[in-house]
Amino acid sequence: MDLSYTITPIDGIFVLALSLLLGFEVIKNIPAVLHTPLMSGSNAISGIILFGGITQLLNTPLEHGWTLAAASLAVILGAINLAGGFFVTHRMLSMFVVKKKTNKPSKP
Amino acid sequence: MVYAYLIATIGLVQGLKFMGDPARAKMGNMLAAASVLLALVALVIATGWSHIANVFLLLALLAVGTFIGNIWSNRVAMTEMPQLVSIFNALGGACAVVLGLNAVYGVGTPVDTKLLGSVLILANLFGGVAFTGSLVAFLKLDGRKLPRPAPVQKILARTSLALLLIATVYYLVMPVDIGFYPTLLLAISIVALLYGVFLTLPIGGADMPVLISLLNALTGVATMMAGLLFHDPIMIIGGILVGATGVLLTLQMCVAMNRSLGGVLAGKFAGSGSAKPEGEQDIRSITAVETASMLAFSKQVAVVPGYGMAVAQAQRECFALQEMLKQNDVDLHFIIHPVAGRMPGHMNVLLAEANIPYASVLEMSEVNNTMEHYDTVLVIGANDVVNPAAENDPDSIIYGMPIIRAYKAKQVIVMKRSMAKGYSGAVNTLFDRQNCKVLFGDAKSSLEEIINELKRI
Repeated sequence: MDLSYTITPIDGIFVLALSLLLGFEVIKNIPAVLHTPLMSGSNAISGIILFGGITQLLNTPLEHGWTLAAASLAVILGAINLAGGFFVTHRMLSMFVVKKKTNKPSKP
Repeated sequence: MVYAYLIATIGLVQGLKFMGDPARAKMGNMLAAASVLLALVALVIATGWSHIANVFLLLALLAVGTFIGNIWSNRVAMTEMPQLVSIFNALGGACAVVLGLNAVYGVGTPVDTKLLGSVLILANLFGGVAFTGSLVAFLKLDGRKLPRPAPVQKILARTSLALLLIATVYYLVMPVDIGFYPTLLLAISIVALLYGVFLTLPIGGADMPVLISLLNALTGVATMMAGLLFHDPIMIIGGILVGATGVLLTLQMCVAMNRSLGGVLAGKFAGSGSAKPEGEQDIRSITAVETASMLAFSKQVAVVPGYGMAVAQAQRECFALQEMLKQNDVDLHFIIHPVAGRMPGHMNVLLAEANIPYASVLEMSEVNNTMEHYDTVLVIGANDVVNPAAENDPDSIIYGMPIIRAYKAKQVIVMKRSMAKGYSGAVNTLFDRQNCKVLFGDAKSSLEEIINELKRI
């Protein structure tokens, strides 16, 4: 069984167009209180660009030193973005633990 | 691998969806992280076994990256959250540029179609602008001294933008030799890096939320483009989701300030000092002691916090004030303007860190029509967002911007360090109102004084 999974650029354009619509649907109407976590969370997701680095790194023989070094740099940069983003979002959301939600103050 | 990718993609979208719901946001974040991890494992398993040493190298690199990310995210203070997001964003952008150049110069990815070629160009273009732009944004947020934008900066920004457009269009419509492509890509990357600096330099202060959202969107688009290059669907979807988030937040922030994106990018009223000098305003000042008794005799009190509150590190005093007033049966709400702070939603995070219950933090739109029910409104370190000129003075530079109608409350107390104008430079006509008094001094120490006074009452 072939484990690799890639798509053609044309498939990619389809994915792109559909996920664009999906993206706006998923994200609209988010309360302001969550804007910062949402932003740091989505920032973390953009760290997924590191997958490109992984592909390059794993397909480069060890002899090609510079190529390997560049791919490694990309992996490190992406990994910091990805992991750090998720960690800090988690830390932030942990502060939002809804305490005593029952005593919502009466609106004036 | 196909199924792992499918599950991971669904998890990612669902995770982001959950992140828009306060009760499930934390779970959403974990779900998104788990999905990315799953996809990563699948990717490594599917591609990894031809060069076994590389797998170990990869694991080591991932471990180091995760470690650094963890340390940074644990160390940062919540006031510095915009800086951290900027620096992470810069790393993502840099990653895109390195990948793109390495694809052509190192790996030798065949760029044999116009589609692939333009995808790669755009990945490096957006990545480059996001990288240096976020770096400059980081330095600005961190309060480093940067060269003031000279008039020449505007010309440089426009020239580099024009160069980028011309080069991209040139590649699209003209037959370009395969051998020349790497040079073209390198040139575009370099100009994009420069443009990021020129673009960001004039933007500052209250426009920061717009800028940060926009740069975030750029990295998302770069990721998406890289996804097309690497034929990787999860990169495309992830990138698009980030891009959509960034664009939506950018537009929301612009609407909240009644400014066009173009106007923000041109740094229009940043330090332009176009406000007409007007006659002396008749200002009534008030002492902390008087403020305390005024608060004690109120039933409904609202605090309108601005970035000045964060600068003074007065969040915990706000919490103490709320607790103190609660003992006197006074209800204290916090009313937050959409662009308060230095990134979208920043103020909510700062208040949450100070343990202020989520339920007492209200959005502007929730209460703006019922502001007259508040006995006292305390404005801490905010200025433009409570300026009534935005509603009733068509000549004012901020006319049309949605504001918190603090002036409708029975009493307004503005805590200020000096009579300096807000970010826009507009004269705040709130001070002319009969029901407005100014409490001069540092927000933190003023609040401490008020709390001590309340203890004695």
